[in-house]
Amino acid sequence: MELTGLFFYAVSLLILGGIYAILCLALNVQWGMGGLFNAGIAGFYGVGAYTSAILTTSASSKHLGGFGLPVPLGLVGAAILAGLAGWAVARICVRLKSDYLAMASIGIAEILRLVIVNESWLTNGSLGLSRIPRPLADLTTGRMGDIVFLGFVWFVVLLVYLAASRLHDSPWGRSLRAIRDNEASAAAAGKNVEKFRIQTFVIGCAIMGIAGALSAHYFRFLSPTATDPLLVTFLVWVMLMAGGSGNNKGAILGALTIWTLWSVTEIFTNRLPPEWATRSSFIRMLLVGLLLQVVLQRFRSGLLPEKSPPVKFRQE
Amino acid sequence: MIEFVNFYLFPALAIGSIYALGAVGISMIFGILRFAHFAHGDLMTLGTYGVLAMAAIVPVNPLLLIPFGMALTIVSALLVDRYFYKPLRELPTIYTVISSFGIALVFRSIVQLVWGSQNQVFSTGVKPPLVLFDTFRISVLHLQAVISTAIIAVLLHYFLTVTRTGRSMRAVADDPELAEVSGLDTAKVIRWTWIIGAALAAIAGTFAALNTSAHPNLGWNLLMPMFAAAILGGIGKPMGAMAGGFIIGLAEELSSYHWIGDDALISPSYKTAVAFVLMIGLLIFRPQGLFKGRLL
Amino acid sequence: MTERLSVSGVSAGYGGPPIIEDVSLTVEPGEIAVILGPNGAGKSTLLKTIFALTTVSAGSIKLGEKELSGCKTSALVPLGVSAVPQTKNVFATMSVDENLDVGTYAAPPKDKAATRERVLNLFPDLRDKLKQPAGELSGGQRQMVAMGRALMSDPKLVLLDEPTAGLSPAYLERIFDLLIDIRKTGITILMVEQNARQALQIADHGHILVNGRNYASGTGKELLADEDVRRLFLGGAAA
Repeated sequence: MELTGLFFYAVSLLILGGIYAILCLALNVQWGMGGLFNAGIAGFYGVGAYTSAILTTSASSKHLGGFGLPVPLGLVGAAILAGLAGWAVARICVRLKSDYLAMASIGIAEILRLVIVNESWLTNGSLGLSRIPRPLADLTTGRMGDIVFLGFVWFVVLLVYLAASRLHDSPWGRSLRAIRDNEASAAAAGKNVEKFRIQTFVIGCAIMGIAGALSAHYFRFLSPTATDPLLVTFLVWVMLMAGGSGNNKGAILGALTIWTLWSVTEIFTNRLPPEWATRSSFIRMLLVGLLLQVVLQRFRSGLLPEKSPPVKFRQE
Repeated sequence: MIEFVNFYLFPALAIGSIYALGAVGISMIFGILRFAHFAHGDLMTLGTYGVLAMAAIVPVNPLLLIPFGMALTIVSALLVDRYFYKPLRELPTIYTVISSFGIALVFRSIVQLVWGSQNQVFSTGVKPPLVLFDTFRISVLHLQAVISTAIIAVLLHYFLTVTRTGRSMRAVADDPELAEVSGLDTAKVIRWTWIIGAALAAIAGTFAALNTSAHPNLGWNLLMPMFAAAILGGIGKPMGAMAGGFIIGLAEELSSYHWIGDDALISPSYKTAVAFVLMIGLLIFRPQGLFKGRLL
Repeated sequence: MTERLSVSGVSAGYGGPPIIEDVSLTVEPGEIAVILGPNGAGKSTLLKTIFALTTVSAGSIKLGEKELSGCKTSALVPLGVSAVPQTKNVFATMSVDENLDVGTYAAPPKDKAATRERVLNLFPDLRDKLKQPAGELSGGQRQMVAMGRALMSDPKLVLLDEPTAGLSPAYLERIFDLLIDIRKTGITILMVEQNARQALQIADHGHILVNGRNYASGTGKELLADEDVRRLFLGGAAA
């Protein structure tokens, strides 16, 4: 009994770890490859979650919906809308110093949250959306569904990882890193810096949207608290920094490591008496904040440092 | 008309004062240290709780206890700069932005750890509003906020234009390399930037908490409009940031006035979006700010 | 009263390979010395090296008996060395008066009012612009503000990086006249200059750098008369 409990704990840990891995890969495209600071991950994640939820649920009198589309189409819709939101921010801010993009992205996340909370016709406000379907739900019943979903999430992780790696090694990715490392000379070499940056930001945001959608399908319920900037934006930054920005494997490893640390410490703190349990969750936050400082100062390259892709000569 | 002045204009000016005081620090830090300080809102929260803690011990008007909040924010800011921001100074400034993002969380969790996460209200008792000319009613707190901000603006202006430290700060903001060549004491300039920014953050936070209530997200929620105010005023222009604060405050409050018909022009729940939209508009059309600040 | 600047065997650069190698020169107190050479010869780098803005890998830089290499830039102004960069040499958002005032902060002169008066006598053009932001002035006036700022600390030695760059011929003459006036006050000047012929006419000594190394040194007159120097650096035939 204890063992099955442990097993399913591991399953849920890996599902959320996988969703974080996707977010981390997305941030790695934006920051690790493009040098773009996104402080509004929660916003794009939220757009994706709500888009997919609305597209796939059956009709409800409380919010927009009733499309009942299959989950994969929901994910596509999530990617498109989150990408569009990212495009709007990027168009305005990429030509400015990265701090402005940071400020604007946190602003857009805030506005998206306001829309989610206030537009009840669309999202059912703070009451949230329920009965969000899971993909492949017909295959199994009960808790086995979690295992199927685990497979589904990590299948998506694999796809995103392959896509991100292809991007990283492609001429596009090389140009991007050239721009990140020396904007002036890249521009002098005829690269359209602004266009590259916008593309990067949009791709990253679209992937974040997919991650959001997956979380909605996992929990089957979605409310505005899902877009908590602490749990979504901040933790993802710590993960990427710890894992190794610029390295896709590092992004996945960072996500799993930090998420495991975060979740496992929760088990211990939950066993404390109630007044200490809440306190200790603040201590946990404090420690993560400090962990980020340590990583920034001492281990900037992370667990798996960035490697330049090998130069491949094409044989004519 | 009178309703407009009493219920929209006066509160707007009070909110504007809060933004103004916070935005000054953000603008000075951005101008001199060249990074967007994401922990500034939470620094405000910390100062507010410092005042709140003293108010629980000393039963006087909380405004008199602001120096304790200021001491707390100044010491915190100087320590954070010394141990967390300074080691990153040689790297691209974006690393400091990321660091400050984490420090925001550190400040917030310290507040929650020490004081808990419930709303806390200053027990100042209910004061009747002042009535001017039998028609205008303004709350004492709002009046205090606006007047303090005006006094601070004058003092700050004097400090920046007349004193040696103030002029050195402007010189570093203007051109850090030339400031170095001129032999200016950059470390001292940075120290004073934090002292002033942190002190004003404590004042702004306390007014914000007195206006509503104190909670751990108090400052974080104010960060966005304060960024907007700093950009509006032109980065590195403290007086511009002050003006920007008032403009954002007015725009937010007045946007929910029923200018046309009986409904609010913009639903009050979207108030915070107004600041953001103004900021985006500015970044598109006039990124150097309304008052010709620098574009970093 | 003032001391000799001696640079001996200095190699320096910006972290990568050295830009200047084994460069030596001396500047006697109260003289105008000019560093000449083709583009990329390391003239500005030499000036920056004296002002501790590069990484020195070998050699020593002395003002009198005082070793300057290893000092921080901000420590040099109190030692009596001030510098005027080539571009971005004024605080554009600050008034002319404030620019001059900033010049006194690192090393306050004994009598600030008197120093200010002396500087304004050197640059009378600035008198009616004192309240104007320096960024709104013409290039020549800005150069005056920058030189004025450097003189406000009562330095022994002033380093000037191409003080006439981008100026009209009329202003060029003015600046060279001003340099002679500054020398009269006992201040040593070491400058980099593109207008080699005019510079050598007012300079006591010239030092020519090529590819980051000493090529030739001599008095202004000697260098102006030298056949090789004339052919290579002064654009052919003598005036």
